[in-house]
Amino acid sequence: MAPVRPAPERPVVDVRDVTVRYRVPHERVPTFKEFAIRWMRRRLVYQEFLALSQVSIAIRGGESVGIVGRNGAGKTTLLKVIARVLRPTRGTVTVRGRVAPLLELGAGFDPELSGRENVFLNGALLGRSRREMRERFARIVEFAELEEFIDAPLRTYSTGMVARLGFAVATDVEADVLLLDEVLSVGDFAFQKKSYDRITSFLKSGATFLLVSHSPDVVRELCSRAIWLDGGRVAADGPAGEVIDVFTGSAPAAPDAQAAGAIAGE
Amino acid sequence: MLTSLREIIRYRSLLRALVARELKVRYKRSFFGIAWTMLHPLMMMLVFTLVFAEILKVPVEHFTVFFMSAYLLWNFVAQTTSWSAGGLLGYAPLMRKVYVPKAVFVIATVVAGLVNLVVSLVPLAVLMLVVHHPMRPSLAFLPVSMLLAAVFALGISLLLAPLSILFADIVPIYQIVLTAWLYVTPVMYTVELVPARFRPLVDLNPMTYFVELFRAPIFHGHVPTLSTLGTASAFAFGALVLGWIVFDRYSDRVAYHV
Repeated sequence: MAPVRPAPERPVVDVRDVTVRYRVPHERVPTFKEFAIRWMRRRLVYQEFLALSQVSIAIRGGESVGIVGRNGAGKTTLLKVIARVLRPTRGTVTVRGRVAPLLELGAGFDPELSGRENVFLNGALLGRSRREMRERFARIVEFAELEEFIDAPLRTYSTGMVARLGFAVATDVEADVLLLDEVLSVGDFAFQKKSYDRITSFLKSGATFLLVSHSPDVVRELCSRAIWLDGGRVAADGPAGEVIDVFTGSAPAAPDAQAAGAIAGE
Repeated sequence: MLTSLREIIRYRSLLRALVARELKVRYKRSFFGIAWTMLHPLMMMLVFTLVFAEILKVPVEHFTVFFMSAYLLWNFVAQTTSWSAGGLLGYAPLMRKVYVPKAVFVIATVVAGLVNLVVSLVPLAVLMLVVHHPMRPSLAFLPVSMLLAAVFALGISLLLAPLSILFADIVPIYQIVLTAWLYVTPVMYTVELVPARFRPLVDLNPMTYFVELFRAPIFHGHVPTLSTLGTASAFAFGALVLGWIVFDRYSDRVAYHV
């Protein structure tokens, strides 16, 4: 299933033959003592779980790609591998350019620290310098609409306020590649509109875009291309409209990966 | 290795935040606060001086300074490595959410330990004044000693950190190892007192040389010999390379475990 069109440039995101295999021990073997005893008795039995199986995807600059599939199909695992949170068991992932991962908003947020301190801590975890964060700070707080509460401890915030702050920090960045995992449902209706606008402005600026969503409409609207993952394999890869149609049509029955894969070659 | 290094430099603001947190967490909620860093070695000194100088009669003048000069260095290596052995586990939930070069967590622990070591030089200086132990210009060599010991501690920490995630009982096992390790290191006795048949044990022990790097300029008042310096450097960078290889290979499994 080699792409028919010759790629005009090197892909921005190049996922090659990636397999992610979790080993689930039958019984937990958390200590060295137990591990040694089991090993001596040759009773180390693992159950293997393939989250991704020989997945190859090439995404060119400026493409917006939606990833669809049922629960447990490997969508989030794929984004985690691209974001380098998870190193694949086999295969390679190459990303050219700066990545903005919007997988888990507000990673490392500490409820005891103030909103201000958390902005800097979260920025540090994303690999940004203090100076960069100082320059962006006012804009982040304004976007999150938290000017009055920014020096209060985070534990006094509502869930929505925390999510808004996380979204504001994560998206106030110049990025070449954006990874989104179901984060467009943050905050109230007005804030959702705002975050939607911010995402589309990224699209207009030519950023590359990967989006996991359970909503076919969001993918249809935002993405030009869609990938359907099923059981850790690419079941279909092509224009968003076509893939979504096949995916939604297959929803109740067990999907036939071979047949669906046919459109990938087009 | 070079790209990893560049990446760690990019995450320096995280490194700073982690060091500050390590130091703050360690002393929060304790009545004496930072004073513990100074009190702990002084109390150990009282105990060991009573046992080794008064009861066992180890023939060393100014035993208090003799002991402290080595114990502070020992304590730095022992504490940072055992913190690292258990420390990565606490960051596991974070590491499953966001990509961070994981060595930053270990480096932060070693840097925090280094800050503690410098602070604990204050009670040592007071002690030297009290017992009238001469302070020589050789003290200017201490930064080199501390840096080499930090490289060694970092190497051991990198080696232990991924193990603690694979096996939960590495920390208690390592505590036992540390106790045995302390007694085969010439902290409370001199190398000359060791019987010939046990000498290889002391000579092969890396800590023998790091302890000497600290004791020579403080207690003996001269810079360490070239052979001590060379052996210590070899152990330090050997441990770092070994630790780096193991850490690079296994630390990514964190996301799979726990």
